[in-house]
Amino acid sequence: MLDKELRSMIGQVKDGRMDRRGFIKHMAAVGLTAPLANQILALGGVAMAEGASTYKPTKRGGGGALKLLWWQGPTLLNPHFATGTKDQDGSRLFYEPLACWDPDGNMKLVLAAEIPSIQNGLLAADGKSVTWKLKPGVKWHDGKPFTADDVVFTWEYIIDPATAAITVATYRDITVEKVDDLTVRITFKKPTPFWADAFVGAPNTIIPKHLFADYKGSKSREAPANLSPVGTGPYKFVEFKPGDLVRGQLNPDYHMPNRPYFDTVEMKGGGDAVSAARAVIQTGEYDFGWNIQVEDDVLLRLEKGGKGKTIYAVGGDTEFIALNFTDPNTEVDGEKSSMKTKHPLFSDPAVRKALSLLVDRESVKKAIYGRAGRTTANFLNGPEKFVSKNTSWEFSIEKASKILDDAGWKPGADGIREKDGKKLKLLYQTSINGPRQKTQAIVKQACQKAGIDVELKSVVASVFFSSDVANPDTYAKFYADIEMFQIPLSQPDPSQHMRRFLSTNVATKENKWQGTNFPRWVNKDYDAAIEAAESEMDPLKRAAHYIKANDLMYQDTVFIPVQHRLKVEAAANNLRPIISGWANETDNLHDWYREE
Amino acid sequence: MSQYVLRRLLIAIPSLLGISVVLFVVLALAPGDPFSELATNPNVPPEVQAALRAKFGLDDPIYLRYLHWLNAMLHGDWGFSFVSRMDVDTLILQRLPATLYVIGSAQILALLIAIPVGVYAATKPYSLFDQIANTLAFVGFSLPTFFTGILFILIFSVTLDWLPFVYTTDIKATGIRWVLEMIRQAIMPVAVLGLFQAASMTRFVRSAMLDVIRLDYVTTARAKGLGQAKVIVKHVMRNAMIPVVTLIALQMPAVFGGAIVTEQIFRIPGIGSLLISSILSNDTPVVMAVTFVFACLVVLFNLIADVLYGWLDPRISLR
Repeated sequence: MLDKELRSMIGQVKDGRMDRRGFIKHMAAVGLTAPLANQILALGGVAMAEGASTYKPTKRGGGGALKLLWWQGPTLLNPHFATGTKDQDGSRLFYEPLACWDPDGNMKLVLAAEIPSIQNGLLAADGKSVTWKLKPGVKWHDGKPFTADDVVFTWEYIIDPATAAITVATYRDITVEKVDDLTVRITFKKPTPFWADAFVGAPNTIIPKHLFADYKGSKSREAPANLSPVGTGPYKFVEFKPGDLVRGQLNPDYHMPNRPYFDTVEMKGGGDAVSAARAVIQTGEYDFGWNIQVEDDVLLRLEKGGKGKTIYAVGGDTEFIALNFTDPNTEVDGEKSSMKTKHPLFSDPAVRKALSLLVDRESVKKAIYGRAGRTTANFLNGPEKFVSKNTSWEFSIEKASKILDDAGWKPGADGIREKDGKKLKLLYQTSINGPRQKTQAIVKQACQKAGIDVELKSVVASVFFSSDVANPDTYAKFYADIEMFQIPLSQPDPSQHMRRFLSTNVATKENKWQGTNFPRWVNKDYDAAIEAAESEMDPLKRAAHYIKANDLMYQDTVFIPVQHRLKVEAAANNLRPIISGWANETDNLHDWYREE
Repeated sequence: MSQYVLRRLLIAIPSLLGISVVLFVVLALAPGDPFSELATNPNVPPEVQAALRAKFGLDDPIYLRYLHWLNAMLHGDWGFSFVSRMDVDTLILQRLPATLYVIGSAQILALLIAIPVGVYAATKPYSLFDQIANTLAFVGFSLPTFFTGILFILIFSVTLDWLPFVYTTDIKATGIRWVLEMIRQAIMPVAVLGLFQAASMTRFVRSAMLDVIRLDYVTTARAKGLGQAKVIVKHVMRNAMIPVVTLIALQMPAVFGGAIVTEQIFRIPGIGSLLISSILSNDTPVVMAVTFVFACLVVLFNLIADVLYGWLDPRISLR
């Protein structure tokens, strides 16, 4: 059994027969992310090592101005109201979490004094509670001391339904209590292998009780501190113009030695990704450009003799094609893609298998994503050295044709395959976005050669991703045969991700398409595995259940991974930013400096 | 006169109400959802989205939402942004200075070029000067601002490295250096917009002048022995300016409305870029406020143009 295997592997790590990296590699092979693997090790009794710091400056300040360019500027500065990562990035300049993730998925301490482990008694062996020691002597920007009360209050603030905090999912099933002024204990309802979620990372920063206590719940939108944050971070708030500018200045009382390096920080918003790349790489007007989703040959051209370069961070974002398991063309009780129907073509597993052979990931990488993409067979991906080499993908029109031939799908007079009067015609939808339309074209071409007719459809992103019940073009309604997009892996734990695809979560008219299982894939074994995982007391067995669930999805070809997408940023040649694929861009900002 | 203005203002009320109804209904029926970004985040439960919708009153029927909006607007409350969670008027006031400065300067530049060039070209039609002015005007208004903007950036920022192409509102300098920096960073956007406007306006001024310059009273004035300058400025220009004033008056609201494309290219934090980002994120209160203010300004400047006619040409009586 896998949990036994896990246990023996942890034993090997403990007595030095296997190194930590080897263990993480094994975990990644079965679909677990590096931060999660590290946390499992901690639960198994191997203390987590803190990520190494590369910070060199020996004194605080003196670094001048740090000019950041976010082509979508933050529109609000309360991390718990953030509508996108841009808002979390902006808030993170001022607010801080207990810890954050470094580029390798290792934990780095921010407001916490110690990494919880079983050895130091802070982590319960059953994974049901974790105790955090807070750094002593930390002060809010207004001089008030930072204590356990603030941490407990942040939790109370978030779980109040009237606050409508977007981070509520992380906090509603936990209890946070104050042990003493510098200690908090988090108790989980279930054994939790991903115990470092609450209060960790840019989305989970801690807000000051003394400024927000009067603005909890329905009055939350009136808090003056929503627009002028007072945090514990390396920079103090100076000015905020939504969508345009966030400005901060060095915090002379910052709790980390010799940090921050820069005297002021400025985050400018607006414009587009290409001109942002230009302003950083070519003219050097700015030091850092966020999320440079630009075609690779444009970036290569800008980099020639430029003043900056692109940098890449590996995370877990995978662009995928999802298959619809219900019929999008038959209306039952006023609902298309109804659970009462079966997809006429995909009910034959051969068609699904053939389709996955027709996605030419290598061409997609070459023609579109370049250095910012990696071909993959996995739905969950991690840093390169950890990614499984056991799984494989293939692009072969011949094999796909053969599978279809064998299954009885014969080409008709028009070259399109058919069986029992059903033609292999597919509607392929995605959101409007340059790379996505090009990918569509590549897939369509291969399908045509194999005798599958593909009709392409693209929908404006604000509609495609909306929850508008009246609109037929949302990804959740899925009135198409296949659709392509990416669900950001907002935490390095697959459990939220996996819950989406329970059969009880199918998106239907009844739940106003709020259900998260948009492929409408129903598998009893999968449900059982997830259910078993969630009621499992032993964190290692729990992990084994998730791995099984993961495999079931692969066997049924629910998703075809298209590309493992990397984070792309632009930075001045002399800037030393720390960018982690497991964290927001500004999460490690206190460690940034400039090489003289 | 004052009676006329009052009557016009009263007529404006129903038309503004009509405009607001149309705007509101179109925005309410438009696809999209201000909290759509949350839907793709598996970490955010659907209940949060539902709670937010309820909190901002998005689940009420359209007519109720409209009445709420109208009532608030009458009390001077412009609404509350879904996306930024702040009052819309603060949001707009933050953006106004940059818009007024850049677009206003561009309009002034356009007038400074268009009126002299147009007038001079009309006095000597088909001369070399007229031909050149005409050609340049054609080139000017056939080139869209997004093209000239990028061309300017490539020439003056990338190749020559003279001017910055990211507009900043917080220049770290004081006194004369601050003024110089403000001018330096506005050169490209003002030139792009100003030249585009000037091109079409020059053609307009020229043809308006040509219409008037052939009239008999101009010949009479010349026959009286008046000098060329006096004839042109006092007799021709004053009459030729009537259509030009309409054009300028109708363009004044645009000064407040910003220039969406140019603001986006140069990252000018003006009303135009606020409008486009609000439309993209379905922040209806902001879109509503900006478009409605815009509508009010159009109505107002129309009235001002009508009043100006009376001053330019006393034969036009305002009743």
